[in-house]
Amino acid sequence: MKNLKHSIIIIFALIFGLTISAAPNDNKIKDPKKEGSLKTEIKEYITHHLKDSHSYSITSWVDEETGKKVYIEIPLPVILYDNGFHFFMSSALKHGKKVVESNGNYYKLNYHDSKIYKTNKEGVFDYDSDHHPLNETPLDFSITKNVASIILVAILMFLLFSGLAKSFAKNKGISKGLGRFFEPIILYIRDEIAIPNIGEKKYKNYMSFLLTVFFFVWFLNMLGLTPLGVNVTGNIAVTFSLALLTFIITNFTANKSYWGHIFWMPGVPVLIKIVLAPIELLGVFIKPFSLLIRLYANIQAGHIVLYSLIGLMFIFKGYLGSSLSFGLAFFISIIEILVALLQAYIFTMLSALYFGFAVAEEDH
Amino acid sequence: MEIPVIVGGGLVVIGVGIGIGLTGKGAMEAIGRQPDASGKIQVAALILAALVEGIGFAALFAL
Repeated sequence: MKNLKHSIIIIFALIFGLTISAAPNDNKIKDPKKEGSLKTEIKEYITHHLKDSHSYSITSWVDEETGKKVYIEIPLPVILYDNGFHFFMSSALKHGKKVVESNGNYYKLNYHDSKIYKTNKEGVFDYDSDHHPLNETPLDFSITKNVASIILVAILMFLLFSGLAKSFAKNKGISKGLGRFFEPIILYIRDEIAIPNIGEKKYKNYMSFLLTVFFFVWFLNMLGLTPLGVNVTGNIAVTFSLALLTFIITNFTANKSYWGHIFWMPGVPVLIKIVLAPIELLGVFIKPFSLLIRLYANIQAGHIVLYSLIGLMFIFKGYLGSSLSFGLAFFISIIEILVALLQAYIFTMLSALYFGFAVAEEDH
Repeated sequence: MEIPVIVGGGLVVIGVGIGIGLTGKGAMEAIGRQPDASGKIQVAALILAALVEGIGFAALFAL
């Protein structure tokens, strides 16, 4: 299993190819004594990290001799739809320093919002008063950093769990190797999350979703703590999709008594029934909405705090400040490992709870 | 004088802090009284803490 994981990472690196690219650095090397510029630089760096990007950037620095900015990164493919598909690698964009020509159209990356715009041959942006480009944007289907991370985790999960299932069958129900680590977690989800919340009879239908969502969120949270700097579960579109799945499954498997409790609450006077119906109907949407906001905000907040604490090191510039910053960042990193697991657990737990509401039998 | 928006953020965090603190207090006391039921109490406390936190995050994003 260990070799398998290594080979996936190697294949991934081979496909996209690690590149070292140099681009001219527009900004002069910043004066470290000017605190304002340093603070805005750190702020820009953090906001840039929180967004999706067209490449896995590992590190970058300004070469002192040439004054050029050197990037070490894994480029990812860019797929644009603009009267036909356009393909090229993101390394061609040179972080917005170069215009890319593809089938007669010209595209340029805007560094400030990490979006690709259609430009003329010279690559000129027309800005509005808020410094947002007014250029046309093509439909962007690119394999961005987040998409690549999701694909990576999906492949990893597929190979890992199909392998575990096979070895489990081969050893006649005794887990081996990595399975010894994952078996208690899977059993915990079944015995402590699914069965108490959904019920002995119907939990099996939901197990596949609960296990998938738990490990998907957990692995992506953990991937976000690696130096690759991916922020997938801190992206509201991703958490929205996950919560949408919970919403769809809850409402499409719901039985008569669930809808009865929403539109015509049994056992209360008619007047209260009329008052309760819109509140309960709103609750149907608020439940998955709180799921998506909770996961998104927790991971986003964790990344901001961690980056800010590391950024403190560059503001203090001293033994005392740096060690304080390191200590705090280390402490928050440990907390973040806990939060990564806790958020995956809460997401699964609440999903199971909502499924349980949907299939509860009328026995009271 | 205009009050900065970030003051609202502070108020939200105070509220959420009180909420999670009370949740934890209740859970600890309950475990103290019924050590056998600690598993169930922990799960319920975690869910309630997550709900309080969710409201806090929603308020912070509305700022």
